Amino acid sequence: MSAADVHLEVEGLYKRFGGLTAVKDVSFSIRGGEILGLIGPNGSGKSTVMKSILGVERPTAGSVRVNGVEVAGWPPHRIARLGVGMVFQHSRPLHRQTVLENIVLGLLPDRLLDFFPDAAVETRARAIAERVGLGAALDRRPSTLPFADLRRMEIAKAIARNPKVVLVDEPFAGLTARETAAFARLIVEMRDDGRAVLVVDHNVKSVSALVDRIYAMYVGERIAEGSVQEVMQNETVRRVYLGGALETAARPESAFRDLQTPFLEVRDLNVFYGKAQALENVSIHVHQGEFVSIVGLNGAGKTTLFNAISGLAPYSGEIRRQGRSLRGKSAASIAREGIVQSPEGRELFTEMTVRENLEMGGGRQEEKDRRERLGWLFDLFPILKARANQTAGTLSGGEQQMLTIARALMMNPDLLILDEPTLGLAPVILEQISKALERLRRTTPITVLLGEQNVTFALPHADRVYVLEHARIVWEGAPSRFASDIGERYL
Amino acid sequence: MLNRILRSPTVWISLIVVLAASTLPLYVSGYILGLLTIAYFFGVFSMAWDLLFGFANEVNFGPTFLIGLGAYTAGILDNLYQPPIFVCVAAGVFAAVTGGVVLALPALRVRGPYFGLTTLVAVLMLQNFVVVAAGLTGGEIGLTVPDVISIDDKVNYWISLGFMSVSGAILYGLSRSPVGLILQASGQDPVQAGALGFNVTKHKLAAFVVSAFFSGLAGALMVFYLGAASVGTFVDVTVGVQVIVGAVLGGRRTILGAALGATFLIVMGESLRPLGDLATFIVSAIALVVVLVFPGGLLGMVKGAREAA
Repeated sequence: MSAADVHLEVEGLYKRFGGLTAVKDVSFSIRGGEILGLIGPNGSGKSTVMKSILGVERPTAGSVRVNGVEVAGWPPHRIARLGVGMVFQHSRPLHRQTVLENIVLGLLPDRLLDFFPDAAVETRARAIAERVGLGAALDRRPSTLPFADLRRMEIAKAIARNPKVVLVDEPFAGLTARETAAFARLIVEMRDDGRAVLVVDHNVKSVSALVDRIYAMYVGERIAEGSVQEVMQNETVRRVYLGGALETAARPESAFRDLQTPFLEVRDLNVFYGKAQALENVSIHVHQGEFVSIVGLNGAGKTTLFNAISGLAPYSGEIRRQGRSLRGKSAASIAREGIVQSPEGRELFTEMTVRENLEMGGGRQEEKDRRERLGWLFDLFPILKARANQTAGTLSGGEQQMLTIARALMMNPDLLILDEPTLGLAPVILEQISKALERLRRTTPITVLLGEQNVTFALPHADRVYVLEHARIVWEGAPSRFASDIGERYL
Repeated sequence: MLNRILRSPTVWISLIVVLAASTLPLYVSGYILGLLTIAYFFGVFSMAWDLLFGFANEVNFGPTFLIGLGAYTAGILDNLYQPPIFVCVAAGVFAAVTGGVVLALPALRVRGPYFGLTTLVAVLMLQNFVVVAAGLTGGEIGLTVPDVISIDDKVNYWISLGFMSVSGAILYGLSRSPVGLILQASGQDPVQAGALGFNVTKHKLAAFVVSAFFSGLAGALMVFYLGAASVGTFVDVTVGVQVIVGAVLGGRRTILGAALGATFLIVMGESLRPLGDLATFIVSAIALVVVLVFPGGLLGMVKGAREAA
């Protein structure tokens, strides 16, 4: 490997936000004609690394070299012109312009006195569109394109300036299996053109067929590096994604009394959003007092399932509570009767204090019960007691999550639905939430349905686990069998 | 390029409307001509504003800062030294562009609503300056300008119409040009525009300069039509609000719609004048309904109807 081959070189990169070190001593390099996968769970710092390369964030220390030129601290447009392109996961294309014009944009020089369209630019844009498979959609508006074609358009824009380095953020999020294969081919083509490609994603599995090497991160630091095989066998990686040796307190299904008519029974559930099917023949059940985890990646359908149960999403199929159908009941009455959801988006009243938020949750209770419950919750989450008179908006992400859970518990639910409670939280906070859940399991009769993409959190808190993938339940079983049965998919 | 212009129905319709409007002096009264003359100047104000709001995605709450700089600089210069009118107008444009850059350079560094607030403060400062420096500016009474371009209603009308048409053509052409595309991308998704290699600040600043150029030019020309300048006509926040409402009413991101909306607003306001204060209320209510029901504004309404047909 000669030095000239290295298109991107990151060395000793640090990024601090106030007291938080988001990226700690990250170093890697990518040669032309090579795809590196940058992998890490939510909050691992991989996005910050990407933004530092792009110039959107200024590195605190360390160097980023593109073709040997030091670019750390440069503004994004200069780095882009030196040869760094980016395929955005979410972009806002020009909606009034056609696909062709959107691609033309990527080819325009950064000049102020460019008043007349250049025929040569348009010809090039057509050629690029043809290459990424958008030849037939040139005159359409982006808003009329299917999602997969929008992603193609993003690739077209990214390669328009013929970059040496291309960053791709979560390449396959939201794509079907067939679209994924087509999109992967486009990424491989970029490699075959001699570009250095950096693919950023949550886990090894989703990009394993695509990448030449992997650099895995966790809480801002490198945890492993090497071939897909090496990284998947790495002990630290396995622990981060699957948890260590499982000390599971799982209770067998036979331990529950309501085996005939489970507390909650969902049968053949189908949910459509327009043409897209969000849930396909999903059947699950939860016993009284049981802790059940639904494991699935972003977009698998977890939130949709919870919304259907809470009466927030229209569905076909059956949802029964203790044998009685929930069909036709409003979301408010379902919640009043004890099925309470702690939503992923938290949806706190940010201008109100912690205490006021909690009191809203217990709005319909007797004063005495409410005070007792509040005391119990402050005992469960001591930090909330210390913050009782602070407004919710001033809390940290982890404290807000605890408040969201506490507010749901304030309603004294029979079934608590927790949607992604660990999203973006630091390990130390996870431990506190973990302890609270464990206490709920041991000391209360509450039933919990937990939706998680973080397997290490979902498994220890479950008596039983379902795996939801692309709108379908693909596995059900005890948490102890998870790693051996399908653990590979969650690395 | 030429082909695309000739094929665009918007261009043809605008041309026909302008030609029809240019025959108005043959059969309407001087009063109506005077009203439309003012309306066309407001059309330019609104179009210049739409370039910033619709394309650069920056809300400039202080269009009258730029307009007022142009108007007062030209007016004061004429009042003091009576150089040829074009010198006064050029000085007005220069002042507006300089003032615009001085304001925009620091203001574009701040994100979101702060840009708008900065521009609002600039208007208040200018207004205060005019009042305080009454010896120079005429203060609250207003500034009398000795020269006018013409005393003929018809000539003034044609100058104003011609000016609006040329400004509209330039601004519209600019919005459709490659730089217009870059500007729109910079407004919609600055991070991605940067990643595509565009210096977002540079393009937004350029848009501000162009907007200041046309605002200042229109302000200066209007002074030499009215023969006077006052805070109430050129600087006051309510004037700015009218410019903004005109642009939004006509249709954001259309340029030409802004001219339509501003003209509509001025003409409606004047024709309802017998109703007194109620007039303002009715015009505001109409504007509110149009914006709420047709977020695309008047032009969006027309286009929507055409696409539905």
